[in-house]
Amino acid sequence: MLSDTLPKAASKTGEQIAVQIDGVGKSFAGTVALKPIWLKIARGEFLTLLGPSGCGKTTLLNLIAGFLEADAGELFIHRDLVTRVPPHLREIGIVFQNYALFPHMSVAQNVAYGLRTRRVSKVEITERVREALALVKLEDFADRRPRQLSGGQQQRVALARALVIRPRVLLLDEPFSALDRNLRGAMQVELREIQSSLGLTTVFVTHDQSEALSMSDRIAVMSRAQIQQIGTPDEIYDRPQSRFVSTFVGDANLFSATLISSSGKDVRLKLGEVGLDLTTYQSDLPAPGPVTLFVRPEHCRLTEAGSPGAVPATVALAVYQGSYTELYLDCPFADTGRAMLRVPASTVMAPGTAVGIALPQQGPAIFPKE
Amino acid sequence: MKKSLADHLLDWSGRIFLTAILGFLVLPFFVVAIASFNKGAILSFPPEAWSVQWYVNAFEYRDFGAGLRNSLRIAAIGAGIALIAGAGFAFVFQRYEFRFKSGLNAILMSPLIIPNFTIGLGILILTASASLPRNLWTVVTVHVIIVLPFVVRSVYVSLQNLERNYENAAESLGASPAYVLLTITAPLLLPGLIAGGIFAAILSFNEFTASLYVVNRGTTTLPVAMYNYVREYADPTLAAISVMYALAVAVLLLVLHRIFRLERVLNVE
Ligand SMILES: Nc1ncnc2c1ncn2[C@@H]1O[C@H](COP(=O)(O)OP(=O)(O)OP(=O)(O)O)[C@@H](O)[C@H]1O
Ligand SMILES: [Mg+2]
Repeated sequence: MLSDTLPKAASKTGEQIAVQIDGVGKSFAGTVALKPIWLKIARGEFLTLLGPSGCGKTTLLNLIAGFLEADAGELFIHRDLVTRVPPHLREIGIVFQNYALFPHMSVAQNVAYGLRTRRVSKVEITERVREALALVKLEDFADRRPRQLSGGQQQRVALARALVIRPRVLLLDEPFSALDRNLRGAMQVELREIQSSLGLTTVFVTHDQSEALSMSDRIAVMSRAQIQQIGTPDEIYDRPQSRFVSTFVGDANLFSATLISSSGKDVRLKLGEVGLDLTTYQSDLPAPGPVTLFVRPEHCRLTEAGSPGAVPATVALAVYQGSYTELYLDCPFADTGRAMLRVPASTVMAPGTAVGIALPQQGPAIFPKE
Repeated sequence: MKKSLADHLLDWSGRIFLTAILGFLVLPFFVVAIASFNKGAILSFPPEAWSVQWYVNAFEYRDFGAGLRNSLRIAAIGAGIALIAGAGFAFVFQRYEFRFKSGLNAILMSPLIIPNFTIGLGILILTASASLPRNLWTVVTVHVIIVLPFVVRSVYVSLQNLERNYENAAESLGASPAYVLLTITAPLLLPGLIAGGIFAAILSFNEFTASLYVVNRGTTTLPVAMYNYVREYADPTLAAISVMYALAVAVLLLVLHRIFRLERVLNVE
C-alpha cells in the first residue's frame, strides 16, 4: 500500500519540522500581498490557512510551492533550504480549486504524469497509478477524460495525482469550494482520513470557518496580509486574541463597555448602569476606557429583565433552527445593535418582550475599541 | 403572450432587412459565377449562350498554374515561419517582463498600420541596394512581415486564455520548464496554433499589393498573375478563376471548422 511507503507522521508537537518559513513576504508592484511571516509546520500536521478573500492565502501557498519568488526571507522543506529551488524540484503536491486536470490526458495519464517526470519504470507506474486511484476510489475511471467526470470525481483525481509522487508536503487551495454541501462534507472526511493514514503534512486553504474547525490540527487565521492568530481549533474558537478572529471564527456577541480597572486577568466593567466583574483568558488587556466585550452566544444565558448583572435587551426575532432556536435581541450595548442567543427550540418568546442577558463570570474577552 | 401589430411589422421588416444584406453579400459572387459561363469573349451579363471554355482556358493558361504553385508554396513556407516566430514572440511577451518590451511590441505590430505597398517597396529597394537576388525568399520575407502581427496576436490571446494552473500543476509534479512546454503548453495551445497558421496562410495567399513589387517572372503569385491577365484580356477567364478561388477558400474554411472541432477532440475548452 501507498501508506507503507510514506513516512509516518512524527509527533505532532513536532521537533520534526516539515516546513519552516522565516520572514517570507511578497509584494506585487506596491501592494503587499503577504507581510513577512514566521511559521513552522510539523511533519504530519494538518494546517489550515483561514481568512477572507484577498488576505494572502494563495500567495503563501504559491510561495511554498515555488510558483512565486519571495521578496525576502528563507523557506525550508524538511531540512532543505528551498528558497531559490524551482517548483519542479521541491517535491510538493498541490491541488487547485479548479483541479487543473490536464484536459488532453486520461485520468490514468494525469495520475501517471508526476511519475513519468521522475522516470519511474513502466511497470511501477502502472502499479502506483492503480494504487493511487484505489485510494480515492476511482479504479474504474482510469480511461476517462477529466471532462467526463463529476466535480467530486475530478477533485479525487487531482488528489490522487498529487499523492502518487509521495510529496513531502501537500498543498490544497480551496479544494472543495466548487462542490455542493453534501459532497463537500464527504470529501472533507475522506481527505482527513487519507491525510492521517499517510501521515502527510498538509497545508489547506479555505475561507470556510466550519471547514477549518472540523479538519485542522492547527488553524492560522489570516487577514490583511498577515497571520492574526495561530492555534488549535479550540484555542482559536475559545480564546480568540483579537476582535477580528472572534467574529471570523464562530458567532460572537460584542458589547460596548467601559473598562474600569483590571488586575491580572480579572476586570471590572460597566455597561451603562450595569457593573460586571469578570475573569478573562487574556494575558494582555487594554488600558481602562472604552472597550469591546466579547462573549460566545452559547455562554450567554437568558434571564428576567432587570436581574442583577444582566444586560438589558428586548426580543426582536426568533429563528427556528430545528434542534434549537436563535433568539435575536435588540440591545443598546451590542456593537451591531443586536445580540444573539441560542435557546431550546420549545422556547416561545414574543417580539418586544423585555429580557436580560446574563454573562458568564469566566470566559469572555476584552478587546480594544476599534 | 400575443404580439402587437407593431411587433409583427418589426419582425417582418427585420427579416427582409437581413435577407437583403445577405443577398448583397452573395450577389457579386452569383453575378461573377453566371458570367463565367458566358460563351462570348466579352464579360457580359446575363449571358446569351453558355459554355465552360473559360474554365478550360483558366486551367490551360500557364501563368495561372505557375502562380497557384508559387502562391501555395509561399503561403505554406511563410505561414510556417510566421507561426514559429510569432509563437515565440507571443510566448516571450506574455510570460516575461523586460526592457524595451513596448518598443519591440510596437515594431512587431507596425505592419498593421504601414500599408502593404510600403512594405513591398521597402524590401524591393533593400534587395536592390544590397544587390541581393530577388527570388521566392524575397516574397516569403515580405509575407512573413505582413502576417506576423496577426499570428503574434492570436497566439498571445490563446496563451492568455490558457489557465496558468495547468503548467503550475505540471511543474509541481516534477516537470522541468522545457518538459512542461512540450507536454502541457504546446498540446493545449495546438488548436490555437493551427488556426493561427491557417489564418496566416489565407492572408498570405490573398496578398497582392506588396507582392506586386517583389515578384519576378519566376515567382509571380496567383493574385499577381490574375492582375497581369486582366491587363491584357477582358474575357470571362477571370470570372472562372474567381469562382474557383472562392470555392477553394470555402473548402478551406470548412477545414478550419473541422480544426475548431479539434478542440473538442483534444478536450480543450
Ligand atoms: N499576480 C498578482 N499581481 C498583483 N497582485 C496580486 C497578484 N496575486 C495576488 N495579488 C494581490 O495580493 C493579495 C492577496 O492575494 P491572494 O490571492 O493571496 O488572496 P487569497 O487570500 O488567496 O484570496 P482568495 O480567498 O480570494 O483566493 C490580493 O490583494 C491580490 O489582489
Ligand atoms: Mg486564493
